[in-house]
Amino acid sequence: MAELLTQDLSVKADTILLVREANLRLVPGELVALLGPNGAGKTSLLKAALGLEKRSAGLATLDGTDSEKLSPMQRARRVAYLPQQRPLAWPNTVRDVVALGRFAYGAAPGKLSPADAEAVDRAIAQCGLADLGDRNTDTLSGGELARVHCARAFAANAPLLVADEPVAALDPRHQFSTMDIVRQFVDDGGGALVVLHDIALAARYATRMVWMKESRIVADGPPEETLTPERLAEIYGVRSRIDGRTVEIEGTL
Amino acid sequence: MTQRLLVPGLLLACLITIFTACLLGSTPLPADRVLAAFFGGADIGDRLVVWQIRLPRALAAFFTGAALGISGAALQGLLRNPLAEPGVLGVSASASLFATFSLYYGLAALSPWVLPISAIAGALAATALIALAAIRTRSVVTLILIGVGLSSFSGAAMSLLMNLAPNPFSLSDMINWMLGSVANRSFEEIGLAAPFLIAGAGILLASRRGLSALTLGEEAATGVGLNLSNQRILTVLGAGLATGGSVALAGAIGFVGIVAPHIIRPFVKHDPARSLIPSALLAGLILMIADIAIRILPTSNELKLGVVAALIGAPAFVWIAVQRRVLNG
Repeated sequence: MAELLTQDLSVKADTILLVREANLRLVPGELVALLGPNGAGKTSLLKAALGLEKRSAGLATLDGTDSEKLSPMQRARRVAYLPQQRPLAWPNTVRDVVALGRFAYGAAPGKLSPADAEAVDRAIAQCGLADLGDRNTDTLSGGELARVHCARAFAANAPLLVADEPVAALDPRHQFSTMDIVRQFVDDGGGALVVLHDIALAARYATRMVWMKESRIVADGPPEETLTPERLAEIYGVRSRIDGRTVEIEGTL
Repeated sequence: MTQRLLVPGLLLACLITIFTACLLGSTPLPADRVLAAFFGGADIGDRLVVWQIRLPRALAAFFTGAALGISGAALQGLLRNPLAEPGVLGVSASASLFATFSLYYGLAALSPWVLPISAIAGALAATALIALAAIRTRSVVTLILIGVGLSSFSGAAMSLLMNLAPNPFSLSDMINWMLGSVANRSFEEIGLAAPFLIAGAGILLASRRGLSALTLGEEAATGVGLNLSNQRILTVLGAGLATGGSVALAGAIGFVGIVAPHIIRPFVKHDPARSLIPSALLAGLILMIADIAIRILPTSNELKLGVVAALIGAPAFVWIAVQRRVLNG
């Protein structure tokens, strides 16, 4: 079974510890929200877990193999990764960008095998982009672009998805529609690890919440257990009221 | 549809232009005499003009342009920047500096291979430097400035060599390198550059798929399965070999590597991988046409191809840069 696992994973930049002994696990059927203030080490944890950034100690494995030892293609077939920065250098068509998600299978835009073309079509339909397939990406809105990036990630048909702030800078409607797409992916048997800054959104969608502060994971569990006013006070320094999965932030402490 | 006809159309245009180049010149030859000369008929004078002068010259212009076009398209894909090009990035200038060095110290006389290999060493050194800088900085402007610095330094070093030139003959040799020309090229000279041009173009074509992935940015490209460091090495090596080969053949010719991919991009849906072959053909076509124009223009001294290319290309460069500013702020 697909599994992303870290054990006592630490990441250093020069002498500063960015991630300290993190233990994290992601398997299909889960939608894990990774939360924490800016600079808590979320992105470094994701990258080191995927083997894209060097770790200083501990272990990171993908399906039992050391993730640093995987070739980029092997990694891409196991887990789809949506980085925080998603620049598009050229105004390609939507379909061509989504087709790049099939890179690890030898495909290229304009050179898709029937299996590749099917995966691309399915990802486009899944993300509601059927009408935009031939549009150039420089004519799309932020919400549409977010869906293009999701489709690009899903086109790989990898069992796991790691997304770093996929809904940053989107309006509420597009935040929900993007998270709906991620949840559908999980309902269909995928596993997703998503960095979010919107606690209410995370509480609504996550099956598990992982909380980071100052380079450590301080809590890991379902929203019912880990989402408390005390936790928000400790991590973000805010006053809040919580009722089940509903979060209301009242101000700073 | 236009996409499918693009490469055959360009190929056809190139063939027609090569034929036209054999017709036109100081003494125009009618088509039937050129055809006869091609297939071994006609008198010896016609055969000489076609086989020894006009055809090699047209082919030298084509190969030079094709090498610069494919290098430009590949470097633009690697750096995700429409202003990247061997000339702008100082690669051509470094190659001609190294070639001039080998001429100045008489090394080029040792073996016919010394000159092309020197040019390629210069091209590879400059391309590697640019690629290293590209890893450290994400700024397009910084890269272009580094290229400008490289070009200026190479230009200054060339001026120094010319300043110290022992006699007017070596001076005029060096000026030819600086200005860029395909006049009086023979099939032997094409043959000396060809292995490097073919190897460079082959490497670029074999690794072109990764350029498409880089559309997503380096992080996401790695995420979809691209081995980034391999891609950098292959593109640098391929562009260095091809550019170095073109400089060995024709000296430094700028801007054609920026103009051709820019025209091609909309026809290939802005996909860097698919822009390589058409950009090479179009750049070859542009240089052949420019060279024909030089030959039939009634100037007292024949203009140098590199000068004409820069006169057309530099304004185009400025125009592309200004447009980019409007789009990306």
